Amino acid sequence: MTYILRNGRVVDPANGRDGIFDIEVRDGVIARVGQDLPIPEGAEVLDVPAGCVVTPGLIDMHVHLREPGQEHKETVASGVAAAVAGGFTAVACMPNTSPINDSAAVTRYIRDKADAARLARVYPIGAASVGSKGEQLAEIGELKAAGCVAVSDDGHPVKTALLMRRVLEYAGMLDVLVIDHCEDPTLKGDGVVHEGAVASELGLRGIPGEAEELWIERDITLAGLTRVPFHVAHLSTAGSLRAVRAGKARGIAVTCEVAPHHFVLTDEALRGYDTNTKMNPPLRPQADVDALIAGLADGSVDVIATDHAPHHADEKALSYDQAPFGITGLETCVSLTFDRLVHAGHIDLTRMVELLSVNPARILKVTGGALSEGAPADITVLAPDLPVTIQASSQHSLSKNMPFEGWQLRGGVAATIVDGRLVYRNLAVDGLGAWPSASVQ
Amino acid sequence: MSTPAPVTGLRGRHLLGISDLAPDEITLILDTADAMREVGERPIKKVPALRGRTIVNLFFEPSTRTRTSFEIAEKRLSADTLNLAVSTSSVVKGETLLDTVSNIEAMAPDMLVVRHASSGACHQLARHCRSRIVNAGDGLHEHPTQALLDAYTMRSHKGRLEGLQVAIVGDLLHSRVLRSNLLLLRKMGATVRVAAPRPLVPVGIEALGATPCRTIEEALDGADVVMMLRIQLERMQNNYFPSLREYFTLFGLTGERMGLAKPDAIVMHPGPMNRGVEIASEVADGPQAVILEQVANGVAVRMAVLYLLGGGNEE
Repeated sequence: MTYILRNGRVVDPANGRDGIFDIEVRDGVIARVGQDLPIPEGAEVLDVPAGCVVTPGLIDMHVHLREPGQEHKETVASGVAAAVAGGFTAVACMPNTSPINDSAAVTRYIRDKADAARLARVYPIGAASVGSKGEQLAEIGELKAAGCVAVSDDGHPVKTALLMRRVLEYAGMLDVLVIDHCEDPTLKGDGVVHEGAVASELGLRGIPGEAEELWIERDITLAGLTRVPFHVAHLSTAGSLRAVRAGKARGIAVTCEVAPHHFVLTDEALRGYDTNTKMNPPLRPQADVDALIAGLADGSVDVIATDHAPHHADEKALSYDQAPFGITGLETCVSLTFDRLVHAGHIDLTRMVELLSVNPARILKVTGGALSEGAPADITVLAPDLPVTIQASSQHSLSKNMPFEGWQLRGGVAATIVDGRLVYRNLAVDGLGAWPSASVQ
Repeated sequence: MSTPAPVTGLRGRHLLGISDLAPDEITLILDTADAMREVGERPIKKVPALRGRTIVNLFFEPSTRTRTSFEIAEKRLSADTLNLAVSTSSVVKGETLLDTVSNIEAMAPDMLVVRHASSGACHQLARHCRSRIVNAGDGLHEHPTQALLDAYTMRSHKGRLEGLQVAIVGDLLHSRVLRSNLLLLRKMGATVRVAAPRPLVPVGIEALGATPCRTIEEALDGADVVMMLRIQLERMQNNYFPSLREYFTLFGLTGERMGLAKPDAIVMHPGPMNRGVEIASEVADGPQAVILEQVANGVAVRMAVLYLLGGGNEE
């Protein structure tokens, strides 16, 4: 099947393109990118609505799909539906399923579910240690062969410096990325929110930002020792960013991601004890938010990743200190990024595409990140000026735990194309009614 | 200059914390407590103010004195009362707080007096419940009726709250009594100095309106009111301080240290006391101590709160 995405503003930083182009997609592959392309016989023409922007498919390198084991929160199928509705053509899913993804069997199970759903690509992230217990190195070779693109012990920071060294050396040997949830558990203690004046006033136990910073310093030091790339999950403080900048300046291959809630909300949001403001790392004060926005703008932050963490409403209905950490993010990320970063003047569209597509593809070494001829047609069409009202009830994730209900934002997703298949179409965007129907819309 | 009309009731449906109260509402509660104390001095200590009202004392955390104080207050107001001690461990794991309370609400009580080990639990309930909620202590957050009875006790001795110099010493980090007192005292124009071993001082305590001191001596200097907070014996195991012995040496309230406060200073403690840890018996039993008076005032203040919240006509 052949079709042409006609007259869209294409923002494709990897190929140095920002302008009106046509894209010819043939049999799931980008056949040609150019201006005023001839229409091959039998090809369909999809006119890109005015004002929309065509970008390489967005990639979320930090999500929790919960399957196997916690299908009441999310399944691979519901997670990828949420992904494509959020503009993501690919997601990388963390291994804290039940059982933990520390074996080829679990990895293949996840991939089979993703293949059956046929929406977004799913890249499993394997456990760095058996059961993510921080004791025995996981069979990273087998995990890679089964399809894992990275390893992480996720919510459990890799327990000892020695094990982290071994993980870096061994995964580095296999060219598998190492991602760490950076947090010193002994300093975190039983904290549930950022340690500061708001926590003190609300009587909630605090986690100092330094718990994250100490661990990042440790891991960057070990990445330097082993000369192996290392990626910081959900970085949240100014001090952490200073450590990453200093590591990069020393020539260490350290990269980092920031989650939208960390550049949008501060710990002031805790007032009212809404458990949908509870996540780990916790919401930080304004000074940290300002530093993260500066880092997103100047390039020291490499990636925006959502840390999409679905939890059932019943679980979030517990008291604040007992409710689980985490919020959903796949279906709010693009709107929050447009509204709070692009339209607020902090970053331009090119930078947005770097943060959400080019860099995650490069760091994970997966397909995508560019609209190159011959590449699989993973394409996102964004609607930068679309008025969006966030409503959990209209989202595709099985879980509704997010603190943005009713927010009115400018900017959203128009359509998502994976392997040339139109998998999501947003009928709120004028002109998309003329496009073929999509599995998610 | 126009004087605002005096308040005749509380503006909110619930008493979740001192943070919800305006200074005139605090004064109203304290003035009402004066009348309630008089009820407690009669031979027949009962008025019909809440006759026919049902109040459930819902304690998710063990309590003897606060629960007893509420219960006596309720009975003196002629309310029908029910005590439910729901130990958190016995709550079936996974049952939500809201489910537990919804079951009780289905029996149509008028008020719930709630204590819970989690900060914010009463606020979460208030979003869903029809009943009026009185916070009897939520986690480390607030214990508003304790702060009100403390203020009542201070006012009855000093005649005012404005301008008082209050010293608070003890486990500041884990104390909801501290938080409610800081909010109240700041609203009423008192100044507060606090002292504790550094690991027990909450981050950002200045923002809560207290001046932290390095020593108990500095905090006591010239104080009108000295409030000691309980040191829980298990804190030692988490290295908040090395030993009870050293705690008493550095932060215990002794007769000698009381000499630094004003001669007419009063000594308060929310109880239960650890004699020889945060307070020496010579002080706890001495002429300046008003600790048992606090307990007596607690009944009057809780009567005032329950009356003001539940005695009027429903809107």
